Amino acid sequence: MKYIIAIIQPHKFEEVKKELENVEVHLITVSNVLGRGRQKGFSEVYRGVEEIGLLKKIKLEIAVNEDFLEPTVAAITKGAHTGHPGDGKIFVCDLHEVVRIGTGERGGKAIG
Amino acid sequence: MSSGDTAWVMLCAALVFIMTPGVALFYGGLARRKNILSILMQCFFIMCLVSLQWVLLGYSLAFSPDLGHGIIGGLDWVGLNNVGMEPNADYAASIPHLSFMIFQAMFAIITPALIVGAFAERMKFSAFVVLMLLWTTFVYDPIAHWVWGTGGWLRDMGALDFAGGIVVHVSSGASALLMAILIGRRVGYENQSYKPHNLPLTVLGGALLWFGWFGFNAGSALEAGGVAANAFVTTNTATAAAGLTWALIEWQRHGAPTVLGIVTGALTGLVAITPACGFVSPLSSVIIGLLAGVFCYMAVTALKPKFGYDDALDVFGVHGVGGIWGTIATGIFANTAVNAAGADGLLFGNVKLFLVQGVYLLTCVTFALVMTWILFKFVDALFGVRVEKEDELMGLDLTQHRESAYTVLE
Repeated sequence: MKYIIAIIQPHKFEEVKKELENVEVHLITVSNVLGRGRQKGFSEVYRGVEEIGLLKKIKLEIAVNEDFLEPTVAAITKGAHTGHPGDGKIFVCDLHEVVRIGTGERGGKAIG
Repeated sequence: MSSGDTAWVMLCAALVFIMTPGVALFYGGLARRKNILSILMQCFFIMCLVSLQWVLLGYSLAFSPDLGHGIIGGLDWVGLNNVGMEPNADYAASIPHLSFMIFQAMFAIITPALIVGAFAERMKFSAFVVLMLLWTTFVYDPIAHWVWGTGGWLRDMGALDFAGGIVVHVSSGASALLMAILIGRRVGYENQSYKPHNLPLTVLGGALLWFGWFGFNAGSALEAGGVAANAFVTTNTATAAAGLTWALIEWQRHGAPTVLGIVTGALTGLVAITPACGFVSPLSSVIIGLLAGVFCYMAVTALKPKFGYDDALDVFGVHGVGGIWGTIATGIFANTAVNAAGADGLLFGNVKLFLVQGVYLLTCVTFALVMTWILFKFVDALFGVRVEKEDELMGLDLTQHRESAYTVLE
């Protein structure tokens, strides 16, 4: 099992969601986050004081079984790609255990 | 007695009243989210505290017959004794004395509320209450007496302050600067972001201030007539000029005009025109507003970083510097063709008014600073003025008021 964390541009979220639905990945957790990359965000000015700003991003968290890993990564990449700086990143981690709270099922069965 | 004048002044009193909640929102939006309630509470508390202080003692100290030497009023009008429905010809011959009193009450309320921005996010609430009560009694009331009270020594000398450039703005701005220095910078100053947490609130507060300021300035004519109309027009014009100036400077220097910038700029115009509004022409008000934008912008963006004091929400940069400029500008641009009850300024060949305004400025700033220093040290010795570091980090909303403005979990 893998745990996928993706940071994407807010305006690409709908496209990513559609691509994920195309590969039948429906279960995602989404949060609004702030971040910056090598471009160092976007500076803001408050009464003449420049603040290094952070950019709004969306974080997706998706748990999948192994066979869904590549389609999911491909879907996110396709949906979130613009080719410009700031498109984001996908992190893939090993996932040790999943428990479905409702039934107590564990492992691969509990993911989807 | 004139029912028209009475209606006008009482409406204006209500307009000035809304400025204090306006200040609260203006400052509240600029604070961090963990401290917005503390700002709103401080302003609202002052509304209650000074309303009572004024009726019980303050109005008498500021406006009742002078005790001698023009320094302070007496105790004849304590508890509004001898202040009734008949006019007092010394102040406003065509409205009830009570109407004049409540109009002035609103000025007494907003003045300490302006100071809140300087020590924002770090003052203990109990110390705040005592300090503000002492400040309004020992700084505001005497200065108001000097220039507005019958027998006040600056009034007799011929100092002009139509709606409180010094009484309200310079006295609070100078005291605010000193309090900011005495209480010290916020924890993490220069290493931490102090971004405003809600600029739309600040814009709403700024708009309420502009709106209320028509009552503040035009109401100070104390009658519904030509001088009131002139004050209304100069107020709006100077404000517009100052707001545009600030925005254009930013556009040129930072590549974009900001919302906070235009609102702040407008505020500097309101402050600067306050002492002058009933004495200068609309055209002069354009210059006053324009230069207010320039001077205050420099104070906030250059002076403050250079000296490193943490006047958190720029009370000195806006009210202090704006008020100082307005007081000087009154000495330059005042014109008896606009208001026969005023005097001619430098531009119209009269050096005396300019010099008197200088005396007015220097004595009031000195007095405000010395008294504020004494009162601050007194309260600090008694209670400790500053919150504990842990409380400051957690925020004043929780630690001083056991509330939070915004929920995280719904």
